[in-house]
Amino acid sequence: MSKITFVQHDGETQTLDVENGLSVMNAAVDNLIPGIDADCGGECNCATCHVYVDETWMPKVGLPGAMEEAIMSLNPERQSNSRLSCQIKVSDELDGLVVNLPEFQY
Amino acid sequence: MSYIPQPRTTMLGRDPSSVPLEDIDVSQAALFHSNTMWGFFDRLRKEDPIHYCKDSEFGPFWSVTKFDDIMAVEGNPEVFSSEPAISLQDPDEELNVSMFIAMDEPKHGDQRRTVQGAVAPRNLANMEELIRERAGAILDALPVGETFNWVEKVSVELTTQMLATLLDFPQENRHKLTYWSDVATQVPGPGSICATVSERNQILIGECVPAFMGMWMERAASEPRFDLISMMAHGEATKNMAQERPMEFLGNILLLIIGGNDTTRNSISGSVLFLNENPGEYAKLKANPDLITNMVPEIIRYQTPVIHMRRTATRDFSLKGKDIKKGDKVVMWYVSGNRDEEAIDRPYDFIIDREKPRHHLAFGFGIHRCMGNRLAEMQLRVVWEEILKRFDKIELAGDLVRANSNLVKGYTELPVRVQPL
Repeated sequence: MSKITFVQHDGETQTLDVENGLSVMNAAVDNLIPGIDADCGGECNCATCHVYVDETWMPKVGLPGAMEEAIMSLNPERQSNSRLSCQIKVSDELDGLVVNLPEFQY
Repeated sequence: MSYIPQPRTTMLGRDPSSVPLEDIDVSQAALFHSNTMWGFFDRLRKEDPIHYCKDSEFGPFWSVTKFDDIMAVEGNPEVFSSEPAISLQDPDEELNVSMFIAMDEPKHGDQRRTVQGAVAPRNLANMEELIRERAGAILDALPVGETFNWVEKVSVELTTQMLATLLDFPQENRHKLTYWSDVATQVPGPGSICATVSERNQILIGECVPAFMGMWMERAASEPRFDLISMMAHGEATKNMAQERPMEFLGNILLLIIGGNDTTRNSISGSVLFLNENPGEYAKLKANPDLITNMVPEIIRYQTPVIHMRRTATRDFSLKGKDIKKGDKVVMWYVSGNRDEEAIDRPYDFIIDREKPRHHLAFGFGIHRCMGNRLAEMQLRVVWEEILKRFDKIELAGDLVRANSNLVKGYTELPVRVQPL
């Protein structure tokens, strides 16, 4: 189990204990965290689970892969710390991770 | 290389289980016109989910019919290219327009990014009140006590007004947008909107292009505004398009007109049909209007207004053990994937409070996923919010007529009567 914190656009925060191996998207959807749509179901194919990773965590979370980059690059609100949460796998290393949710999913 | 069409076996009126598997041809528009395609797709999903049709009006093609396989094709744009065309029909040599929906990276992304902002959720939030007012005015003007065509009076009217708003096109001329969209999408011939290819090209080149060229020049000379034409006229990747690449200019204008027209129009019509076919769901909706948000993606899945999109293999590729050759046409049948029981629970049922309703293929997936998806959802939500404020029921009052197309799943006639609250 690792702790993952979701910060809504309005500042509200929720912290979940998440089983290692699940994606951050899975954790959000299973716990009905608003603001994550995950239309494609975790296939890196829709970009509706977009999050902004807290900058201090970026070195551990790492950069997006090629497909993720391709699909996120179409989002006008994409930033340098943008990731698709279906592509972030929860592990001991990410215990304490903080992700910020965008105002809208595309 | 030209393909000479041959007379071939029609699927219309055939029992899907009796046609030899290798002879099944789901590209025939008559199947969609008569709404009898379902059994053919059910059989393909079960017996041959990646199916090769060796002969059709459009030449040979592969059919991808299951949800996950369609997703895999969408997610592999290097192998499954959107060039030269995204429908079964190859590009017209006499009118070789190009649009970013039928381009690969990096051109697709560069052009799409220019206009994406106009239909971004942030911008839509500002437009919602305007859409609500316009929807309300359309509904208030409906003839109570008469039977009328819902397609014409509501679906077309609403989507056309919306499109004119997005393009900042003069509202008084908005019907030209629908007209040009129809001209561009209907195959010319007897009984069609244009009798000949040259008539069609004359209308598009002689009327549509000059109208938009004028708007483009005016927007280019003014400060940037938040309409699609202004965004393209000022966007880095698109600003020289009108002067330097006129067919790309026409193509992208047509893409925006068609994309914002046929699709949502048919989902609005479909929603009335589905609620009439499912009175229990209509009762549920009326008892709890908050279900509209959940119902909207279910309407879009159930309608699936875009029947298929096509890709072309850039190299030999094995898909689920089928050997696809470089240059082969690969058709993703969204209409079939959205009825795949391995991906969607009770897929043939219209369930307005379905769990995970946005898990559907109607917008496509991957880098070409529908750019206007949130706009479409917003239009449908607003129109139903406004309907429930005014009418006890929109009641089907006659036989509907479906579109004769293998690309656009829609309706030309939906006779209804409205009962005010």
